[in-house]
Amino acid sequence: MENKPKKPTPSIKQNLGRHQDPLARRSNFDEVALGFGPEEALTEAARCLGCKTKPCELACPVNVKIPEFIDLLYKEDTGAAASKIFETSLFPAICGRVCPQETYCEAACVLKDKFGPVSIGRLERFTADYARNNGLITPPPCAPDTDKKVACVGSGPTSLAVAAELRKLGHAVTVFEALHEFGGVLSYGIPTFRLPREVVRFEVDMLRRMGVRFLKNVLVGKSLTIEELKKDFDIIYIGSGAGLPSPMNAPGEDLVGVYSSNEFLTRINLMGAYKFPENDTPYYIGEKVVVVGGGNTAMDSARCAQRLGPKSVSLLYRRTRAEMPARGEEVENAMEEGINFEFLTAPVELEGDEQGRLKRVKCVRMALGEPDASGRRKPLPQPGSEFYIEADSLVVAIGQSPNPVIQQTTPGLSANKWGGIIVDEATAKTSLDGIYAGGDVVRGGATVLLAMKDGKAAARAIHEKLSAGTK
Amino acid sequence: MKHDIYSTEGLYKIVEKTDISETISKHVIFAPLIAAKAKAGHFVILRSREGGERIPVTLVDWSPENGTVTVIIQSIGKSTTEMNAFKQGDSFSDVAGPLGTPVEIKKWGTVLGVGGGVGIAELYPIAKAYKQAGNKIVSILGARNKGLLILEREMAELGEIIVTTDDGSAGKKGLVTDAMNDLYAAGKGPDAIFTIGPIIMMKFVAQASLPHRTPTFASLNPVMLDGTGMCGGCRVEIGGKPKFACVDGPMFDAHQTNFDLLLKRTAAYRGQEKDSLERYAKGHQCRIGLH
Repeated sequence: MENKPKKPTPSIKQNLGRHQDPLARRSNFDEVALGFGPEEALTEAARCLGCKTKPCELACPVNVKIPEFIDLLYKEDTGAAASKIFETSLFPAICGRVCPQETYCEAACVLKDKFGPVSIGRLERFTADYARNNGLITPPPCAPDTDKKVACVGSGPTSLAVAAELRKLGHAVTVFEALHEFGGVLSYGIPTFRLPREVVRFEVDMLRRMGVRFLKNVLVGKSLTIEELKKDFDIIYIGSGAGLPSPMNAPGEDLVGVYSSNEFLTRINLMGAYKFPENDTPYYIGEKVVVVGGGNTAMDSARCAQRLGPKSVSLLYRRTRAEMPARGEEVENAMEEGINFEFLTAPVELEGDEQGRLKRVKCVRMALGEPDASGRRKPLPQPGSEFYIEADSLVVAIGQSPNPVIQQTTPGLSANKWGGIIVDEATAKTSLDGIYAGGDVVRGGATVLLAMKDGKAAARAIHEKLSAGTK
Repeated sequence: MKHDIYSTEGLYKIVEKTDISETISKHVIFAPLIAAKAKAGHFVILRSREGGERIPVTLVDWSPENGTVTVIIQSIGKSTTEMNAFKQGDSFSDVAGPLGTPVEIKKWGTVLGVGGGVGIAELYPIAKAYKQAGNKIVSILGARNKGLLILEREMAELGEIIVTTDDGSAGKKGLVTDAMNDLYAAGKGPDAIFTIGPIIMMKFVAQASLPHRTPTFASLNPVMLDGTGMCGGCRVEIGGKPKFACVDGPMFDAHQTNFDLLLKRTAAYRGQEKDSLERYAKGHQCRIGLH
């Protein structure tokens, strides 16, 4: 780029990136955030002060070497910038898209209050995409093979992080996936308009090139038990995720047209039902869709539904916008796309017709009372405020708990009352020797980044254990 | 021969395919891990190709030595029709399993199997396992007509069989429940009943055995998506409580099963399924009587 701004020039306005026009994007599944072009990236990179104290890097769950990669980007050596990120995180194209940077690195940026933070997430995504699209990515070198074998259960973000770290250290890693596509929640849960599938596939392929073995269609706990795996592997890492949908326990939840967010998103994202009948898996939403919940999964469900072209999509949340656990950016995106938000509203009963199909939702208005155990103000139903919303389909997106299959089939594996596997915080070790766990199967429904962070920490502990007693 | 259960070499290839009738085919598929772990009552999820549906099918047979599993598929919708158009040497893109909870095999005394249509295929391994456990096996095999009756010979090897068809083209004309009632009337009531077939048939089998208090188990076939306990789409109501057929089942206490709810929920996608099949049939030689 000619005349690129001198680094650092923090006073340049923060670039928040371009987005697909809301009217266009609400009828397609293409990516919403368009990402930086090379000039935008250089200009944004020029804003970084390169702080010696690296507050951004310290705030990052996977400690990406942020000032260093941004400096390499500014020097127009994108391949080197990508390699710099790879030193601590192998998945910048994923993290650059789905990490809530505004609560981590960008919240810690010293420019935040005066000029707006450096758009670190967008720079990370640019680095990864540019390097991938221009063949600048070389898988990191792996240490000579040890004779140690590790099995990762699940192929979501936490297992991918474990697999990457342990393979780099020379261990033989096999990843088991229950479904037909790798990536876990990155494939079945997060919609393509937030995370294109080719990005996930590229990252999985890179691990394959490093020598990680991927086996699909194996549901550990059913197809093979942990005890059986133990005979063939030195270490097992359980990263089976939070796949169990929480029901509302409202009357009528068994009506046709009522989905868990897991089922709805799996149909649309994993099975590609939005391309029915080109793809074979169908969906049914009708003309009026209601989504219940206030988290990222609720936003994803509502925005997927909107793209299928119904007359209306309404989102019911029992608190107000301020209490919504969803990322602010996703709430804004959903609003721009025409989702109708009904705050302080909760469904109490679902009513259907004689064929057992959903017809309308009885709702009640709420008011916020005193803060509850979570620190958020408790929603209280307002007597006499009942009203009806017509609905042909309804997606329940009020949370997930840990997938119970492994806990139920592994004697001696300790779990808490919510079904989460209990681990030692520092080492990710479970109650059974040689068995580790992390990500959502431990935390319940959390984030991709925390799952990766768990994976990195577990990999360190596993490597230590595998190295003890060998020379 | 000992197979490496972690190898992906030749995985999901159809090593043998036999057409049993116009619309029913038997596939023997190479899947050593599943073959090594399979038990009576387990099922697998098949996908024919990229973009294909996940289709749950109960295992009929398996051979750890050959590394193969056997399924019997009836062409009902587009996906199953496409699968049955496969030839020996073709491969499924995916076979996941074994899935579900196998049936508990124990000594009941006399076990009655009541199979309807392609459900007879799923009944066979269960009857075989009970036979091996020392039970006496009696089977009632029902079908719409003679052409749709399968595994008659195999079931006969396990014990007495009674055949019923809707049109009387084989065995007695009538319903499987007529034959059940005859058994009870003759004082030959069984000690346990396993039934697999159309939901409406299983519902009436449960009703017929209820007054006699015969423990009765039905293999439920709700709409299923992932088959791993993740989506809840296959939820069924057993004793008033929700259960997931994919991990808790598919075999449940028939007297506790809410069959009416199951009937309603399985109708969810009938419209789309019909459209999809019609579109497919237009482009192919039609095998199942649609125009």
